[in-house]
Amino acid sequence: MKAQRGTPSPVRRRVLKAAAASAALSTLGFPAIVRAQAGRLKVGVLLPRSGFQGLIGQSCQKGADLAPGVIKEMLGVDIELMNADTETNVDTARTRAERLIQEGAHVLVGPFDSGAAAAIAQVAEQRGVPFVINIAAAPQITEQGYKFVFRNFQTAPDIVRNGLALIGDLFQASNIAPRTAVFMHVNDTFGMAMAKGISAFMGRLTQLPFKIVDAIQYDPAARDLTVEVSKAKASNADFLLLVCRLNDAILLRREMVKQRWNPMGIVSPGSPGMYEEQYFKTLGKLSEYSISNVPWYNPKAELTRVVEKAFLKQNPNDKLVFHGLNTGFTFEAILVAADAFRRARSTDAKTLADAIRQTNITSKMMLGGPIKFNEKGQVEGIGSACVQNLNLTPTVVLPAAVATAKPVFPWPYYKA
Amino acid sequence: MPIELVVNVVIAGVLTGLVYGLMALGLSVIFGVVRVVNFAHGEMMTIAMYATVVLFAALQLDPFLAVVPVAGLFFVFGTLLQAGLINAFITRPEHSQFMLLVAIAIVMVNGLLMVFGPDARNVQVDYQLESYAIGPILFDKARVYASAAAVAASAALFAFFKFTRVGKAIRACADNYLGAKVVGLNVKRYYALTFGLGSACVAVAGCMMILLVDVSPVLGPAYTLLAFVIVIVGGLGSMAGALLGGILIGVSEALAGLFIAPSAKSMFSFALLILVLLLRPQGLLGRKP
Repeated sequence: MKAQRGTPSPVRRRVLKAAAASAALSTLGFPAIVRAQAGRLKVGVLLPRSGFQGLIGQSCQKGADLAPGVIKEMLGVDIELMNADTETNVDTARTRAERLIQEGAHVLVGPFDSGAAAAIAQVAEQRGVPFVINIAAAPQITEQGYKFVFRNFQTAPDIVRNGLALIGDLFQASNIAPRTAVFMHVNDTFGMAMAKGISAFMGRLTQLPFKIVDAIQYDPAARDLTVEVSKAKASNADFLLLVCRLNDAILLRREMVKQRWNPMGIVSPGSPGMYEEQYFKTLGKLSEYSISNVPWYNPKAELTRVVEKAFLKQNPNDKLVFHGLNTGFTFEAILVAADAFRRARSTDAKTLADAIRQTNITSKMMLGGPIKFNEKGQVEGIGSACVQNLNLTPTVVLPAAVATAKPVFPWPYYKA
Repeated sequence: MPIELVVNVVIAGVLTGLVYGLMALGLSVIFGVVRVVNFAHGEMMTIAMYATVVLFAALQLDPFLAVVPVAGLFFVFGTLLQAGLINAFITRPEHSQFMLLVAIAIVMVNGLLMVFGPDARNVQVDYQLESYAIGPILFDKARVYASAAAVAASAALFAFFKFTRVGKAIRACADNYLGAKVVGLNVKRYYALTFGLGSACVAVAGCMMILLVDVSPVLGPAYTLLAFVIVIVGGLGSMAGALLGGILIGVSEALAGLFIAPSAKSMFSFALLILVLLLRPQGLLGRKP
């Protein structure tokens, strides 16, 4: 039977029911019925839609934009988005958060950046407004004893641990054992947290066959990476271990070509940049074979199909695969807020925060276990995937259970 | 540390520094003659970079060919800006001039944001990712071409001021405002012409710079600051000083990145600035007031 226009298809209906049911189960005794919610939840969305992280912020915004429609169908909750641009600036993020609260935001979501997240968390805590972080990895954000701050994203140590473990899997799957790596990383809050995580885990993960021979940090807003790449090349490392952002990743890849540096490959143990659409658009074929071990969406999940449909409706010229991580986590952050609002039946900040703390969403889009916050406001058990750029598309190559292709390592440019 | 690594880094620093120098040359020329500090200098270069991107996207015009229309356009724009707006502020206090040019800079940045959005843009030409190799020493083609163009543009400007009647008249206006008026020179017209030349200079630098870095609207203030550092190090008002300052900043940033830490590059150029201000306040090639 063909679904009528405006009516959910049978598959979609099942997904919506499952998601609604799983959300409803999080509060015992609460009837598992999707129903219309009185009033609306005002969600303040803080993202870096301009500045050097502007492209990623805009990518996250796509997830926010589709959320009200999808969530209305899933949970019957009305959401009003209040969008604010953090301009890739921590101070702006703080003042925009203040302003959103003054303008009546019931909950804050965002902001794709650890520095901005730390600043917004302080504001949210002082003002007693729940803040659900979509993407930000610095561990200290959920180590402050905050009562109103929640994060549905891996912390830097989790990203690193999962990312390094996937590197081990990658080498095993490729039947190769590089001995050395040069580690390049951005020197912002996220990059430094990742660097700290890597130095902590490298010694413990004995299955990794390589040593880091040099660590080079750089400014994510750098306009020129000639020196950095020259140093990395001079290390004669087997491969490049990279923690980057988007613009610097493009700059760095170009510089590698100019300097004729072809190690076995570029592997990120968990950072944005190399799976973003702009990376492919700007670099074309040079974007091929770069590897990012990152928290990713499950391409086979039912909710992914629902989100993808809404995504394509709103962005007919885009593909979800280029925005999956940003869109998925932003959507899930708003889903967490909406689910809590539906259960709490109140926009009172404390009630809403308590409801978020009780979240248990099992039907989700991103890889890993259910969305359940621990006592620190952190979701544990979020999964990562090894995503390699193949045929100008980010493709899951590991773990095998969700992979759609086999990894290529070393990349074909490699000269021993 | 391998010697070829140091040589490669120094070469890259010199080549980039020459383009920086050309950018700062425009600022130095304008200040040297008109005695107005152009606080919208980096923003003007950003507009030139966008103009090059637009010409490349629309007509596939190589940045080296785009120099002609972009520099021409900027010459006219700069002349009109000086004649129509800045000339009225010449005799006003410096803070008025400062506010005017900062306001122009803000209008430019926001105008670019409105027209092009916040995304970084670039041009992609065939030679951009290629390099010449002499043994282990690499010369980035785009940098070599851009720095050659910077040297040629600077030489043309030197020659213009040295050998042409208009150039000599402009120098006369710079040397002695009252004397120039007494001998019948239309000083304000020459000021406008100078601002036009400075603008054309920054336009050429913008056409070259787009080969080296991606452009976004917020790039302007950083380049304004960089141009200031360069002309203060080289000597405010000295054309040769601007080029020397550009090379010094380019090389010192590269070496600081290599020997100290890449993230300390900007810090090192500011340290150099402080050092020059302490030991030779007029700049390396500047004249004592």
